[in-house]
Amino acid sequence: MMPDYYLKDFVDRNALEALQLQRMQETLQRLYENVAFYRQAFDQAGLKPSDLRCLADLSKFPFTRKADLRDHYPYGMLAVPMHDIVRVHASSGTTGKPTVVCYTKRDLEIWAESVSRVFSMGGVSSKDIVMISYGYGLFTGGLGAHYGAEALGCSVIPMGGGSTEKQLMLIKDFGVNVLCCTPSFFIHIMEEAEKKGFDIRQTNLRVGFFGAEPWTEEMRQRIQTQSGITARDIFGLSEIIGPGVSADCPCCAGLHIFEDHYYPEIIDPDSGEVKEPGQEGELVFTTISKVGMPLLRYRTGDISSLCYDKCECGRTLVRMEKVRRRSDDMLIIRGVNLYPSQIESVLLSVKGTEPHYQLLVRRDRAMDELEVQVEVTAAVFSDEVKALESLRNEIQNKIKQIIGLSAKVTLVEPGQIERSTGKAKRVLDLRK
Amino acid sequence: MKVRQLSIFLENRVGRLAGVAQLLGEAGISIRALSVADTNDFGILRLLVDDIVKAEEHLRRNNVVCRINNVTVVAVDNRPGGLAKVLTVLNQAAVNIEYMYAVAESSNQRPLLVFRFTEGEAAVAALKKADIKIINEEQLFA
Repeated sequence: MMPDYYLKDFVDRNALEALQLQRMQETLQRLYENVAFYRQAFDQAGLKPSDLRCLADLSKFPFTRKADLRDHYPYGMLAVPMHDIVRVHASSGTTGKPTVVCYTKRDLEIWAESVSRVFSMGGVSSKDIVMISYGYGLFTGGLGAHYGAEALGCSVIPMGGGSTEKQLMLIKDFGVNVLCCTPSFFIHIMEEAEKKGFDIRQTNLRVGFFGAEPWTEEMRQRIQTQSGITARDIFGLSEIIGPGVSADCPCCAGLHIFEDHYYPEIIDPDSGEVKEPGQEGELVFTTISKVGMPLLRYRTGDISSLCYDKCECGRTLVRMEKVRRRSDDMLIIRGVNLYPSQIESVLLSVKGTEPHYQLLVRRDRAMDELEVQVEVTAAVFSDEVKALESLRNEIQNKIKQIIGLSAKVTLVEPGQIERSTGKAKRVLDLRK
Repeated sequence: MKVRQLSIFLENRVGRLAGVAQLLGEAGISIRALSVADTNDFGILRLLVDDIVKAEEHLRRNNVVCRINNVTVVAVDNRPGGLAKVLTVLNQAAVNIEYMYAVAESSNQRPLLVFRFTEGEAAVAALKKADIKIINEEQLFA
């Protein structure tokens, strides 16, 4: 028998919209009553929760930005007392302070439900052996996928990232059918397999759920051709819930959003105006069933579009176009969010260095690689190689410590980093 | 007794060394000795030049990162064991050599060693005590 949440993906749209409106109204009420930030924002805009009479009224309400979460670090956005929170996750932040997200017991259930719906869409059932190769810990990837697979009744292997050789061994020996990791890590796994003469086609691996970083249709083709498995995109962000906000169905024609929990809008990133279905713009989410830390019109920075046409798979849930770029300068590298300004603060914290830098992101066959080019100034220049090398290592270590990314730091001569008029060109994203 | 040396930061990129040489040529600077320390990513060019102040100024004006520092230049006997003798003295005095390079004296082709020491004063004292000849700037550019 199909689990009942499976049917949620096929719900009648009128019924869905009625549910969305009811949940949205309840959420606004709770935000107004329990979160000072939202009460002030509503009062300033002269709005009451009761001003939301239909779904379209949402456009009158204020946005939430990543900076708002940072300003209310760590627990300022909670809509419940701390003792109702059972889990805290965090993602890397712009100033060394992480962005914190908190979950009640109910929120974890919603999250597990969302991820298990992702798995169901990919044909996964309780009979499958699922290996989670996302990082565990503060990052939402590992535990998010883990609880979703458990909720579906799968046999879950909490492998975590790294150790490619062991990944291959477990895929083979444990009879893994389903793998969850970042797409770039899977490509790395494929390459290791090829080097070792390990044929993924000879294993039980059938489908991979790849997320936490943007990837292209071309990459899907490459993975599927080279490994023989089915590659599905799973989208999410910790602020909204974590992985499991939306995912590919068998048609792979846009990711179905679980809009009974996460209400999407597409806006013009400059004017904030809501765009028509099909038009491209910034993706904005309102969580309508979350309890601990609901967010209103959260600006993801991801550029996408929405399609309400019925999908060939029969699901009525809206589809979002695969995210390929962002409206701001945030980079996602190996699942880690990175703003150039973070690198700037690291450089400023190293004595004598100036924040003249450029970030080069490459996808070197498998993994995303970050190179930070730092200009050497007369103040830090030393006649001795080891002094310059220790400067470079210090910057490298600080980036690793504060941002959690291994980057290659290169010292360059001043003036080599192109200064475009007014604003320096900080990022060269050479990934394809 | 110190000799001033010009150290220049070079990115490991085609044409950088040529670029710096071009700048020095423009400024009418004569290069007496040269050494390059290189790593995978960058290099340090070390020069003894006739007009170091002018050279530094001209390079800085052209966005080249450089600085002036002091090195010790020592005359070595031009025969087998000449280098060993100097190094033995330094070794016995327990001074660390950061780096060194060699150049021939222009007048009589006698070898000169350019040293950068961690503890410069102790090194100079030990060399003097062993009667090893230390060369000053005037002698170097004579």
